[in-house]
Amino acid sequence: MNDSYRIALAGNPNTGKSTLFNALTGLKQHTGNWAGKTVSLAEGTLLHKGKNYRMIDLPGTYSIFSNSRDEEVARNYIVFEKPDVTLVVVDATSLERNLNLALQILEMTQNVIICINLMDEAEKRGISINERLLTRRLGVPVIKISARNKAGFPLLLDTIERLAEGKIKCEPARLTYDKDIEAKIASLEPLVADLVEDRISSRWVALRLLDGDESLLDELKSRLKVKEGTA
Amino acid sequence: MNSELAGSRGDLNALYERAQQLSSPDLRDKIVGSLYQESKRLCEAGVQHTKTKRDRRTEKLDAVFTSPIWGFPIMMVMLGIVFYLTIAGANIPSDMIARFFGWLENYIAAFFDWVKAPEWLYGVLVLGLYRGTTWVISVMLPPMAIFFPTFALLENYGYLPRVAFNMDRIFKKVGAHGKQSLTMAMGFGCNAAAMMSSRIIESPRERMLAILTNNFVPCNGRWGTLIVLASLFMAAGYTGGAKSLVTTSVIVGIVMFGILVTFLVSWVLSKTALKGVPTHYTLELPAYRRPKFWETVIRSSLERSWAVLLRAVKVAAPAGILTWVLANVNAGDTSVLMHIVNFLDPFGQMLGLDGYILMAFLIGLPANEIVLPILIMGYLSTGALTEVDNLGDLKQIFVDHGWTWLTALNMMLFSLLHFPCGTTLVNIYKETKSMKWTFLSFLIPTVIAIFVTFVIAQSVRLLG
Repeated sequence: MNDSYRIALAGNPNTGKSTLFNALTGLKQHTGNWAGKTVSLAEGTLLHKGKNYRMIDLPGTYSIFSNSRDEEVARNYIVFEKPDVTLVVVDATSLERNLNLALQILEMTQNVIICINLMDEAEKRGISINERLLTRRLGVPVIKISARNKAGFPLLLDTIERLAEGKIKCEPARLTYDKDIEAKIASLEPLVADLVEDRISSRWVALRLLDGDESLLDELKSRLKVKEGTA
Repeated sequence: MNSELAGSRGDLNALYERAQQLSSPDLRDKIVGSLYQESKRLCEAGVQHTKTKRDRRTEKLDAVFTSPIWGFPIMMVMLGIVFYLTIAGANIPSDMIARFFGWLENYIAAFFDWVKAPEWLYGVLVLGLYRGTTWVISVMLPPMAIFFPTFALLENYGYLPRVAFNMDRIFKKVGAHGKQSLTMAMGFGCNAAAMMSSRIIESPRERMLAILTNNFVPCNGRWGTLIVLASLFMAAGYTGGAKSLVTTSVIVGIVMFGILVTFLVSWVLSKTALKGVPTHYTLELPAYRRPKFWETVIRSSLERSWAVLLRAVKVAAPAGILTWVLANVNAGDTSVLMHIVNFLDPFGQMLGLDGYILMAFLIGLPANEIVLPILIMGYLSTGALTEVDNLGDLKQIFVDHGWTWLTALNMMLFSLLHFPCGTTLVNIYKETKSMKWTFLSFLIPTVIAIFVTFVIAQSVRLLG
């Protein structure tokens, strides 16, 4: 199983994330525990061109600031378990709100695909989305689908494959904050980089620490190479 | 895993401390602000709307319903309308149902006479069981059959999420989670169910606040008591439409008072036993839409009213029997019931209530629905009046036992503020797994109920 690629599914609640998960994995699902945590996530297998992909359905969240257990679980999986590809499912009918989460995830990890779901519903309401422009602006593939009708799946699956195998590279556009925050990040980032090396985005860790994310601090502590005594 | 980090805990702590020194209180707002701006920019560039009527309408309505100025007055008016419809509409059917059951009782009595049933069997089955349950039905069914569908319509039109949105601001100010507004709204239906819904609040501290204060909004079981007492005593000098209007304002006032207590208790707790800062969250406001009117009305009347009524009857039946038994089994020269009543009476009087009322609240612990029926049965068992055919007779029973508007007001307040029902307590224990917090969620409301009624009773008596 370890040679298969891992695809994580993230997204706001009510975006059809589970519909997509079910449509892609069919009945090949089970609930898997990971990393010794008590939290269980639904896991399924997707077969595409003779290759197996493990899909992990992360909890639906509106943000990923680790306010809640669900947000922590999603964050920890994306940052520390490092899936080969993270699919962010967004709702075409309320893209603006959904993009908040997508932008946050782009700060955390490299290989992201943004799936604009519920396109059928959006078209009915007269919403048209220029995914090429969004792809250019965001620096990651943006793909329109309708999980309900299984529309847009071939392109999605090909993109997953090419991204997982490194045939295409993502250059996620990083959000620039105001001068003050950027200066603070810049002064903190080298210190963070010493600790996390290149495993985690040091810019993101710096930002989270500035924001006072204690749950991330605890998580980092639990992943130190040098374990000290229980004291 | 390959995500192990170099360095030590000390390095991390030092790093975090450095970050905190650099940080500023408005940093989170700035980060979130930047995210929203970027999302907006992206959508302005990449999304086109060809028919946007719908969204505009939602935006316009939200500007009114969630406006800082108009939000609350509109909320009060909406609440008022719902109660007005409930109170004005329920009176007549309530009376009719009560008359019908009274009429039916004559035939049942005749039947018992005809089969020469023993006196005690007639007592248990008719005076206890039958009267207990029929009272619950005639008093509670009509208001519920109006209240639930109206409430469900408001919910389905998309208004209730806006109420939660308005409340959110205050909850944040008192140090509680904004989602507490949702669990509170749920409490208007059923506090026991609201305990389960408090799971949507992730932080244990804020969840505990929501659990401890949920009881201060009246649930289904208490609406009946509030509505009946308010319409019998609070608008005595008025008739017709004015009467319903006064009753409505009294109930809106009581509900507002309950919400105020919720805020006060949340605030005190978040400054003392449950200290902390509220966490940030996103509240999704769905678009307004016209619900399927009749489907909503029928479904909510059938499902909710029926379910609540069934539960009431299930609990009322044994409680009715218990009350009758207590009233008719003698210990010494008086009945067990009278012993309890006499024991509780001095304390009850201090609170502007009486021994019967306190006894009803105690026996009514399993479900608030049965407090009023038990009280009536308690009064009836002393033989003041044997038949209750309409709401006028009901008031006479109360008045004969020394009730004034003060008694009614304090009973309403006690009902609003007192300990949660048995089911709710069980759920609190299940959710918190802590005897301490379960006990506190019993104690805090009870102390407040006693305090408030005591202060009101004493000051009214002092002022004459």
